[in-house]
Amino acid sequence: MPALDADVIIIGAGAVGCAIARELSRYEASILVLEKECDAAYGTSGRNSAVVHAGFNNKHGSLMAKLCVEGNKGFEALAELLNVPYRKTGKILVAFDEADMQELARIKARGEDNGCTGLRLIDGTELHALAPKLRGIGGMLSENTAIFNPFEYCIALAENALVNGARFVFNSEVTAIRHDDTGFTVTAGENLCRCKVLINAAGLYCDKISAMLGINDYRIYPCRGEYFILDKIAGSFLNIPAYPVPRPGIGGLGVHLTPTIEGNIIIGPSAEYISERDDYASTSEIMAKLFTEALDLLPGLERRQIIGNYCGIRPKQAPPGEGGFRDFVIKNEPAVPGFINLIGIESPGLTASVPIARMAAGLVSENMPLKPKNDFIARRRGRVKFSALTQDEQQRLIAHNPDYGEIICRCQNITKQEIRDAIENPFGARSISSIKYRSWATTGRCNGGYCMTRIVDMLVNEYGLKPEEITYRGKGSEMFSGRVK
Amino acid sequence: MTNKEFCGVLVIGAGPGGLAAAKSARESGAESVIVLERNTRPGGILNQCIHDGFGLIRYGKALTGPEYASLALSEALSSGAKILTGHHVTAITPEREVTAYSRSGIRTFCAKSIVLATGCRERTRGAISIPGDRPAGVFTAGVVQELVNVRNIMPGKRVVILGSGDIGLIMARRLTLEGAQVLAAAEILPSPCGLARNVSQCLYEFGIPLYVSTTVTRIIGRKKLEAVELSDVDADLKPIAGTERVIECDCLVLSVGLIPENEIAKSAGVRLNPDNSVRTDEFLQTSVPGIFSCGNSRHVMDLADYVSEQAELAGTNAVRFINGGHMLTWDEEKTNCMKKGFPDKDTITCTVCPNGCQIKYSSGTYSGSKCARGIAFAEQERTSPRRTVTTTIRRKDGVLLPVRTAGTVERGRVIPMVKMIRGMEFCGSEVLDVDGETLKVSAV
Ligand SMILES: Cc1cc2nc3c(=O)[nH]c(=O)nc-3n(C[C@H](O)[C@H](O)[C@H](O)COP(=O)(O)OP(=O)(O)OC[C@H]3O[C@@H](n4cnc5c(N)ncnc54)[C@H](O)[C@@H]3O)c2cc1C
Ligand SMILES: Cc1cc2nc3c(=O)[nH]c(=O)nc-3n(C[C@H](O)[C@H](O)[C@H](O)COP(=O)(O)OP(=O)(O)OC[C@H]3O[C@@H](n4cnc5c(N)ncnc54)[C@H](O)[C@@H]3O)c2cc1C
Ligand code: SF4
Repeated sequence: MPALDADVIIIGAGAVGCAIARELSRYEASILVLEKECDAAYGTSGRNSAVVHAGFNNKHGSLMAKLCVEGNKGFEALAELLNVPYRKTGKILVAFDEADMQELARIKARGEDNGCTGLRLIDGTELHALAPKLRGIGGMLSENTAIFNPFEYCIALAENALVNGARFVFNSEVTAIRHDDTGFTVTAGENLCRCKVLINAAGLYCDKISAMLGINDYRIYPCRGEYFILDKIAGSFLNIPAYPVPRPGIGGLGVHLTPTIEGNIIIGPSAEYISERDDYASTSEIMAKLFTEALDLLPGLERRQIIGNYCGIRPKQAPPGEGGFRDFVIKNEPAVPGFINLIGIESPGLTASVPIARMAAGLVSENMPLKPKNDFIARRRGRVKFSALTQDEQQRLIAHNPDYGEIICRCQNITKQEIRDAIENPFGARSISSIKYRSWATTGRCNGGYCMTRIVDMLVNEYGLKPEEITYRGKGSEMFSGRVK
Repeated sequence: MTNKEFCGVLVIGAGPGGLAAAKSARESGAESVIVLERNTRPGGILNQCIHDGFGLIRYGKALTGPEYASLALSEALSSGAKILTGHHVTAITPEREVTAYSRSGIRTFCAKSIVLATGCRERTRGAISIPGDRPAGVFTAGVVQELVNVRNIMPGKRVVILGSGDIGLIMARRLTLEGAQVLAAAEILPSPCGLARNVSQCLYEFGIPLYVSTTVTRIIGRKKLEAVELSDVDADLKPIAGTERVIECDCLVLSVGLIPENEIAKSAGVRLNPDNSVRTDEFLQTSVPGIFSCGNSRHVMDLADYVSEQAELAGTNAVRFINGGHMLTWDEEKTNCMKKGFPDKDTITCTVCPNGCQIKYSSGTYSGSKCARGIAFAEQERTSPRRTVTTTIRRKDGVLLPVRTAGTVERGRVIPMVKMIRGMEFCGSEVLDVDGETLKVSAV
């Protein structure tokens, strides 16, 4: 087994693990991230509503509230620095009756206690000025809520950490951990890794990792949320996330409608406790329900606008029956010196990921000295988004590199060079999903019918992969059986 | 900004529709006719339809897709139309300014009239919301056709087909011939939607069971497709609890419908119907004056022959729009008349021409045929059926070339011949001898 040593090992390359890696890469310390999947953002961080929350939904005084408000305040600058698509859309909680309005007044007060700004109760006129097609008699507007691209966010954090010296090892599932006076020995796939400080950012599997070190205080109850993806109709239907007033007891925020940064609309998520944490299957019952509930908010929707569906799973600490949210656990485990647990990082975990990472770095410094580097590179050069450029800029790029003139994904107008950039990115994306996360190809209404074969053609003829080596999402998800002849 | 290039009739798409529109626009007197095609090769969807059965009306013989396409292409070229491949149109304005992206730059064309012939796309898993996991191994039939016939990639070994559209049926046969096991075809409606002759020639002849009033109710497999769950459906097409059965497979092929491709038409403000087809008047003109639409992008059609015919009319009218002549009317009734659904019991579907007569044999006489050719066909079919063999042959560099037998062979020889050709390599000659039969390469 190859041995890999580091000062700090982080388990999990979700938004939280990647944010911690980036945060720690500011310091003179060697950092290693171990991830069981073939890329970053393959867990919950790639399966959510992609909203930068404001922080009014969380209990006053909780870590959730504090870190969410902090995350929201810093997100715009962070997105700019990391070159991640972000748009401050605001968000509306829609009231259907007076009781809802009263509840919204309470939510607003709680939000302000939490430190949120830009919260405002609005009447029907203003509601319909903001979103003419929504039902409702009024609502609460949160001006500072935003939408962003969570895949690119995770990847940007990871790339920036990589540039600053952190190492990432994919396809290496942590299956055993030993702890002694000299530190930790971690078995991860083919690798045996050693470190002084170990950080558990394993998302849905955080309780299992914790149990590997004998700490059995936590239990995750997976709670699935199903979504529909609609075609690019945000422009004509809804430009601002719209949520119902939260009802007590449900483990989520209620089925909502969210425009995505690319102009699609997503409907969801539902909230069902399930028995297995990797069961991302959609069910006919929920699919039937989701659409009906969405119609309550936005009556003009039509089924033929649906182009896909997906699921995310919440790592809940609250067991079925209890409902609601239990606060994040982020701490040094006294029973195992050097072990930092992050437990139950459910929503608003994306929004809060960088404040969580800062907090984790603080916990690391209690275990080992952290000396700032003087050559930390904070800015990430993002990818070229060809379709967002002016025609003159595009023309110049094509003249310089004809691959910009060849459109590979017709639904999203993604060029061959952008696919190339995705494939050749610092992590070497080879699976279709990894290429999708970096280029946004295959995500349109044809579900990749047009571009998938062209991407496969590039992988085979320009990057030397055999057809049977091409995967959808890493090992075990091979797309093809081989050549015809 | 890019320089503007001026032209008479601009055609978008070089499938059979676009090629025929271009040819007739030239023949109707248009001075400059330009066809913009995003692919590197003209021919449209026909390039991947290596099976035969095209051209029965237009050319009076059963051609393969690539053969039909190359005829259409040479007609367009000899008429003097200019075909620009590798030009992806991204937008059209109501003033008929067209933006196209190519490896040599962005070009803007100003046309006096436009014919849209952009074809169709397939309905996807996402659109029909099949419950279950989202693993690798679920494809639409057209994608499988492209993979197998053009890209030399086999999607799987154990295949289930959902939907009984023609492409799915054709691919059931094609995958079987290339060595996969096609376990079943399931159709949610009470009868198949493809042509009766495809049901019999692509499924029945290969012993592939067709389950009607049946659908896939669950996709199983977290990473790679492992199985599908089939269920019977009731009269409202709702799955009936208790009828579930699971079939292990590594590939699910969806043939659940085609949708006209009209995103760029939309950019010009062309009015569409709810099914994404284009609203045209009887002259095939869209709601935007001077923009015409034909072929599958106007309304999905069954036969390339009718696409070509309709497109010719669109091309002519595009010229008359410019010159002010009076336009010709498209007869909407003129569509496919071949029988769809189940082949009638004890009946032979004539495939000699698109009429597809249902011919019955009883005590020495044939009934139901509209002409004598049908009787000869039925006699042959009853006593010793023969088929044209269509498949691909591998060139040294891995590229696949579509091939067909010059004539027909006994039906029983089809599978062994395709197997034999699978082991061969193209030697450079356009005519080959396989098992005593002449094999023709339809595009090199
Ligand atoms: C339905 C839904 C909607 C949401 N919407 C929002 C929203 O709009 N805004 C918001 O701020 N938050 C939202 N969230 C919450 C947010 O998505 C999560 O809090 C956040 O993504 C958690 O990131 P993470 O890095 O902790 O977990 P993950 O992204 O799950 O990362 C954990 C990683 O650890 C890896 N791993 C696990 N076990 C092992 C092992 N043994 N060895 C190696 N690697 C391992 C996993 O593969 C995974 O990649 C939503 C969550 C859900 C479920
Ligand atoms: C898979 C399949 C199998 C079939 N099998 C048979 C059969 O056995 N027998 C039969 O008679 N008929 C068959 N048909 C029907 C017939 O072939 C089609 O109806 C016919 O090819 C449609 O012609 P078209 O020109 O409208 O579209 P297409 O052939 O699809 O051509 C459209 C062209 O437009 C181009 N294009 C689209 N958008 C743009 C853009 N933005 N910029 C530039 N170019 C663009 C495309 O690349 C394509 O080349 C089949 C159809 C399909 C889809
Ligand atoms: S019998 Fe009918 S289908 Fe056959 S060739 Fe004659 S007219 Fe055509």
